[in-house]
Amino acid sequence: MADPVNLSIDGRAVQAPAGTLLIDAAKTAGIEIPAFCYYEGLSLQAACRMCLVEIEKTPKLQASCTIPVGEGMIVRTDSPIVAAARKSMLEFLLANHPLDCPVCDKGGECELQDMVFRYGAGESRFTENKLHVDEKQWSPVVFFDAPRCILCYRCVRICNEGMGVGALGIVNRGVISEIAPNEGDHLNCDECGACIDICPVGALTSGTYRYQTRPWEMNHVGTICTHCSNGCKTTLGVRNDKIIRGNNRDRSGVNGEFLCIKGRYAFDFTENPERLQSPLMRINGKLEPVSWSRALLTVAQKFAEVKNRGGKFGVIGSNRTTNEENYYLQKFARQGLGTQNLDHHRSGDLTTLLDAISGKMAALATVSDLYKTKASLVIGADLAEQQPLLAFQLRANFRHHASHTYTVTNGPVRERKYAIASIVANPGEELKAVETLRDRLAKESELVILFGDAIKGDAVRKLVAFGDSLGIPVKYVCLVDYSNSRGAVDMGLVPGLLPGYRAAATSGLATHEMLAAPDLDVLWVVGANPLKNAKLALANAFVVVHEMFLTETAERADIVFPAASAYEKEGTVTNVTGEVQRLKKALKVMGTKSDLEIFGLIAKEMHLDLGPARHDAIFDEMRKTIRGYNVPLPVIATGGAAQTSPVNGRVPVESRPDLIQSARDTLFTSGSLGRYSKMLNSVLEHPAGLYESGVNTP
Amino acid sequence: MIYNEPSPLEVKVLTKRFLLENSASIDTYLATDGYKAFLKAREMTPDAIIAEVKISNLRGRGGAGFPTGMKWSFVPKNSPKPTYIVVNADESEPGTCKDRLLMENDPHQLLEGMLIAGLATNAHAGYIYIRGEYRYLIDIMDKAIAEAYAKGWLGNNIQDTGFDFECYTQTGAGAYECGEESALLESLEGKRGIPRIRPPFPAVAGAWQSPTVLNNVETFCAIPPIILDGGQKFADLGTPRNGGTKLVCISGHVNKPGVYELPLGFNLLRMINEVAGGMRGGKKLKAVIPGGSSCPLLKAEECDLPMDYDSLAKAKSMLGSGGLVIMDEDTDMVKAALRIMKFYAHESCGWCIPCREGTTWLKKMLTRFDEGRGQSSDINLIGELAKNMLGRTFCPLGDAAALPTISIVEKFREEFEAKLVVAAGSYSDENRFVQIA
Repeated sequence: MADPVNLSIDGRAVQAPAGTLLIDAAKTAGIEIPAFCYYEGLSLQAACRMCLVEIEKTPKLQASCTIPVGEGMIVRTDSPIVAAARKSMLEFLLANHPLDCPVCDKGGECELQDMVFRYGAGESRFTENKLHVDEKQWSPVVFFDAPRCILCYRCVRICNEGMGVGALGIVNRGVISEIAPNEGDHLNCDECGACIDICPVGALTSGTYRYQTRPWEMNHVGTICTHCSNGCKTTLGVRNDKIIRGNNRDRSGVNGEFLCIKGRYAFDFTENPERLQSPLMRINGKLEPVSWSRALLTVAQKFAEVKNRGGKFGVIGSNRTTNEENYYLQKFARQGLGTQNLDHHRSGDLTTLLDAISGKMAALATVSDLYKTKASLVIGADLAEQQPLLAFQLRANFRHHASHTYTVTNGPVRERKYAIASIVANPGEELKAVETLRDRLAKESELVILFGDAIKGDAVRKLVAFGDSLGIPVKYVCLVDYSNSRGAVDMGLVPGLLPGYRAAATSGLATHEMLAAPDLDVLWVVGANPLKNAKLALANAFVVVHEMFLTETAERADIVFPAASAYEKEGTVTNVTGEVQRLKKALKVMGTKSDLEIFGLIAKEMHLDLGPARHDAIFDEMRKTIRGYNVPLPVIATGGAAQTSPVNGRVPVESRPDLIQSARDTLFTSGSLGRYSKMLNSVLEHPAGLYESGVNTP
Repeated sequence: MIYNEPSPLEVKVLTKRFLLENSASIDTYLATDGYKAFLKAREMTPDAIIAEVKISNLRGRGGAGFPTGMKWSFVPKNSPKPTYIVVNADESEPGTCKDRLLMENDPHQLLEGMLIAGLATNAHAGYIYIRGEYRYLIDIMDKAIAEAYAKGWLGNNIQDTGFDFECYTQTGAGAYECGEESALLESLEGKRGIPRIRPPFPAVAGAWQSPTVLNNVETFCAIPPIILDGGQKFADLGTPRNGGTKLVCISGHVNKPGVYELPLGFNLLRMINEVAGGMRGGKKLKAVIPGGSSCPLLKAEECDLPMDYDSLAKAKSMLGSGGLVIMDEDTDMVKAALRIMKFYAHESCGWCIPCREGTTWLKKMLTRFDEGRGQSSDINLIGELAKNMLGRTFCPLGDAAALPTISIVEKFREEFEAKLVVAAGSYSDENRFVQIA
């Protein structure tokens, strides 16, 4: 790196790498230069003129957001002339800005309010009529109030550059310039709401949050989105046990400020009227509400009876429940019920990957690796639809570092717009296509390979052999579907595999084998919907289901426990890249219990000693007994992400590629959960339609 | 076609063909030394051409007055990207109407100027960006370009000199802002016409991020005479550091408004009284906008000065584009300020806050003032708001709106106060809000 540049800001000696913008250099020295349009990571505008500073020997004030530091530069941000300039900019801004702060959603966390408070004038000299334009609704998610808009163009840029969608532009000129959507009067986009969050004022407001509350009346709970496997941190605004909004304005978590529609708005399933709030029991062929004690007792007695006579259990776990719950469930099944018939919906071939890379150091990529890697190869997955954060990271990496992305997919994907090479391959021929990229990939200095369920079983081993043969450092991401898909495998919700990928003494039945078993006595389904596309062979098997809603599986149950969602419990989850993060309880839904609590109560009724059913105690046990899960506590406790690498040796089971199948969720679906989100169902876009509408290149 | 009688005081260098029959045709042009400068330049080195332009003291005729030779010398010599010549024919400064005559009457002079610029900077393609309102000029230029191609003065291997040059016209869509060079380039590339962050300047990264020579029509038109007759001869026509002649567009309360070509340094009062036939109806001179509406006004007593870049800068105004607006004693200066501000409020591109909000605020306030609903505190506020815009906007449009306003408020404050007197009684400061209620 070049020598650092020395300059003086407000009389303070400041050192910054060459090329640093003055506004950033000041920030590192603890000097705030106010700005609306300057936004880290987005293109430069110099439009708001708030960041004007005095530079010695320059006649005019200069916009510090576009001036790189210069050797010997003498800068003043605290002079009367700079203060006067800031004051006048705010006076201009407030000229046509409606002073409806008392009813504006942004009131209390508005950047314009803050700036006026700190740098503005005490009184208004504007006595003319303000311009007025009526508010517009662009989509179920996005509302636009033009008079509040200060035209900082952050929304235009985050949509175009950040999301790669480009659904927003500017129409008209002068004082009637306005932000406008891409399709006449409405948006055709990802409906991610990034434009709303990035808006410094209350011009863009969200369909879920508007006029619901004042920001200071909410509790802000930073937890992990429960919808897909990417593990985005979402800060839920909660008032009176009701989630009112989701965002991540503090840029904490692996996702920074990124969230898709699911992370920002699809929390509303928690308050769906169809939510189960009482245990149900099949009485005379019908599911009837019963008390918790009756339901628990019935289940415990049945479990004990079947166990005592050596009957057959089938246990199906979830890829959305916490690691602690999954750990406890497998312990319950194996030790408490004495069964090895334990499985969950597997959406990616993790076990083969971990087996194939055994002995290699640092072969699993993290979310942040995707932003830094020089090159990446996406195989058989539509990242923008199924792994939105990973797609965002690769896009940002391309924009900021011109990284090389290669895609090998079965059809058009959004990554092709910036990919350096894209190949469309028939299903099953992906590896053949990857082979044609060999020479180009070998010239890269490093590579991250992301693969979906197109690559499984032997193909994973071939892919890793291919990676080895390139002679460059290669990291892998095995793409899986849901918020704890990775954790479910780590915790041994797989026949024959104990937590931490240790071999069980005997193996058991997989999901489809349980469903087909002619002698199954009890099927225990925790947070899964196996009967959505399959039938239970035996009509008189006793079925216990933990669910939030009456799904296809719950409808077949003899007992249904109303379960708490991920937003209503504590624990940890492990995302697609193996990063362990902590869930925080945001609210309590009356009548529900967390799965862990239900396990504990059944165990108590059965007089089983499985250890305390408390998330913290179980996490302690996991950290001690599962290799790779002794993640640093302070990181987890403070809301950080710590990557686990739970195995560094051979994985002792066959991965059963035939059982691995992604649910192929889109931006607007989320397994059985998405069905119960009003917001997800209200958007009009068909995911495939987003490709046809000529979404712009970043 | 010309629109006013020429004056005997004119020095016709750029306009020398205006009175010829079919002056726009290539035959007329070739018969009157046309394209000879190009052939001469072809024998010179690029550095020699630029040196000749430097000697001529030619300064940018679009308004900023930047030395042309120096601008050309900033173009990188061995750029891996192509270099472009771009003509700014987005003539939209109020009071200015000279470029249209140059294109209408002598389009080949412009083409030849572009060719020579191409030789000087190793450029092989040129664009003429013509404002949308000048639609008829596009036909004229396209015809001239077609003639030049037909006769081998454009295209590949021009007149067997081995030099290639392609030329295109491009129309604007009616935005004053696109006369600003970087906004022009955005518009030329088919984008929204908003200015770019500079540096980099167009000479280094202009059209399609390639090195670009961007000059006004009149600047390019001055090149053939400079090359043909030598830079020194052109320089000698004007004053030191202000070479050559300038087309001035005299409008307003004079007897013979029109476009005249006069040497730089020509006295402003003589321009009004001798070239433009004196004040209309024998009225007294009150004020002059010397170089288009974005320049600070001169009061009558400040007008005895030579019209060149440096003298006007000394008088705290600008020569600008040479659009003189002459105002007589009956002119309502508040109305004049309002008319100017209406233009800038309409033309502000809206990109940056001070210009977008400031121009409209000032327009509203001046409208109210003009209608007799002003308050005494408004007078200072008008000046203050204009000063708050000055030097703080993204591009010079904000300055263009602020400068004349500041000068009018400072120099004609009594006219603003007079409006208050008329308003008093019916509409004083004290009962203003009561009355509205």
